[in-house]
Amino acid sequence: MPEVRVASFDRFRRSHEFWLLMVILGLCASLGFANAQFLTMQNLFDLLTSYAFVGILALGLLVVLIAGGIDISFTATASVAQYVTLSLANAYGANWISVFAIAIGIGGALGALNAIFIQKLRIPSIIVSVATLNIFYGLLIFFTGGKYIYSLPDWFATGIFWFEFEWGKDSSYGVNLQILALALAFLVTWLLLNRTNIGRQIYAMGGNADAAQRLGFHVFGLNILVYCYMGVMAGIASLIQAQLAQSVAPTVLVGKELDVVAAVVLGGASLMGGVGTVFGTFLGLTLLAVLQNGIVLLGVSSYWSPFFVGLVILISVSATAWSQRERRTRSARQ
Amino acid sequence: MSNAPGLSLRRRMVGFAGSGTVATLTLLLFALWVVFAITIGDRFFSVNTLQSMAFQMPELGILSLAMMLALLSGGLNLSIIATANLSGLTIAFLLTHYIPGSQGLAWVGIQVLAIAAGFAVAALVGLVNGFVIAYLGVSPILATLGTMTLCKGLAIGLTRGNVISGFPEPIVFIGNGTVFGVPFALIVLALCALPVALMLNATPFGARVYMIGSNEKATRYSGVDTRAVLLKLYVLSSLLAGVAAVVMLARFNSANAAYGESYLLVTILAAVLGGIDPFGGFGKVGGLLLALIILQVISSAFNLLNLSQFLTLAIWGGILIAVAAVPHFAGKAPR
Repeated sequence: MPEVRVASFDRFRRSHEFWLLMVILGLCASLGFANAQFLTMQNLFDLLTSYAFVGILALGLLVVLIAGGIDISFTATASVAQYVTLSLANAYGANWISVFAIAIGIGGALGALNAIFIQKLRIPSIIVSVATLNIFYGLLIFFTGGKYIYSLPDWFATGIFWFEFEWGKDSSYGVNLQILALALAFLVTWLLLNRTNIGRQIYAMGGNADAAQRLGFHVFGLNILVYCYMGVMAGIASLIQAQLAQSVAPTVLVGKELDVVAAVVLGGASLMGGVGTVFGTFLGLTLLAVLQNGIVLLGVSSYWSPFFVGLVILISVSATAWSQRERRTRSARQ
Repeated sequence: MSNAPGLSLRRRMVGFAGSGTVATLTLLLFALWVVFAITIGDRFFSVNTLQSMAFQMPELGILSLAMMLALLSGGLNLSIIATANLSGLTIAFLLTHYIPGSQGLAWVGIQVLAIAAGFAVAALVGLVNGFVIAYLGVSPILATLGTMTLCKGLAIGLTRGNVISGFPEPIVFIGNGTVFGVPFALIVLALCALPVALMLNATPFGARVYMIGSNEKATRYSGVDTRAVLLKLYVLSSLLAGVAAVVMLARFNSANAAYGESYLLVTILAAVLGGIDPFGGFGKVGGLLLALIILQVISSAFNLLNLSQFLTLAIWGGILIAVAAVPHFAGKAPR
């Protein structure tokens, strides 16, 4: 048994995740030294709350990438789900269960539409999602006139605050809606990919779609599931974003799709399909969050924040590619 | 049964439309012209309308050419808009700092140098993209996502998000002037499209780009230095973004870190609509230009009909799916 453990640790040590983890730990340690604010419970909860939206979307996108597709229409899906759900809640009244049911239903339906275009019309997923991004977003703004919604139902605006506890003198923490949704999304996605038969089928389909088809996998059904899952995640993310922002702004989400793509691919998911882990996505997300948060805490003008984010993305992807290349040439020589 | 006139007509239509993207797009453009001629009438064909279309197309057109080059090799260049804004700001900074007070030859020289400096910035970004993609083996989407964020960050950091405006007459002319009624910016687009088309169709370099897009490994094993080709390709893509920068800053008479960001996905839409395979290897400049004209015709017609520009976006998306689905239906049609 110990040998097995050593071997698996050895494999982990050479993995993409290991390097990412080292970078993050290094960053956290130096930020912790430089600013006492960084390693506090307050900052941790703030980070989790503000990155929940990107995180939930990233988990949906991870599943799509593993399945060998891509979706960039999710910001438009989220905008539609958010606007329709909260307009209905304002007009007819609702509760937590019904708003999430509506948002999930809308997200799932729009996701299924993507899957149908991709599978039944045989159009590559990148083309379909560029098109549906424009269709969903264009129609939403056309019908709503791009008007913001500022008055949300009281219970929705108040949100939830569970497991409240005191830490230190005058600060209390608790699990809010954002953190709860993010944790559930991580749990469900991990279970789906690692503990279900369907999860293994998704990996197999992403690795080789033709082989999966010949093995008798229900490729169309799997695709429907994968794009619906992305849509459902977009629906959930849209509601917690509206709760955090305390308003519905139909024009602010579209344009953020590349932030989500960055988190997922930094986490090691491949655009070729079949590759990617929930842990990797968690690390990719953490890297971006820690970096942006650290820059602010170090007192660097927020105008420079994207510059450093870009620099770190470029360096980390170059270093990963370089080390993989070195390993390939070394193993080729042996 | 197969002799029934209705069926044979449909078959002929599908056969014609399915015989290539250019045929589909030409038919579509013709259909759009008929529809808009009926709904809008003479106004649609007025010199004013045509001229305003010709003024609006070049920015998106040149940026789409930049995207197309990367797509043909099986890659992607997400940094084109950020590159354009960074080099636009470089030009704008130099112009606004050194033009006031200069005269004669210096006045001309500074403008030429400013634009040259803008191109140099664009080329530098292209070199970084090309090096990281070709020599380090980073996937194009990741590499250009990095340079996109980096360039945008640099532009925002240096300008604090502010606009730089107020340029000399000749610069403004590039974006707003006409030569014999033809907008100068359209001439710039032609001056970009023609060499790119020639390069792709009539030079060994162009042939190699298509080969890399079809099968990079096979191309490398057949003795082509694929890394050098890719490096050059990303520099060219970036330089086209630099040209777009000049047209953009000239048209608005200002430069900013965030201009034209919504163009990014539209360039992919235009390229794919124009028959460029998003996985590389196939696509012609002619198809792209047709796609650009179609997008512009829809946009201008909707404008004349007083319809929302967001409805235009939705229609663009619908047309992309419809055109992309034509081969599928053409393939299914009875032969």
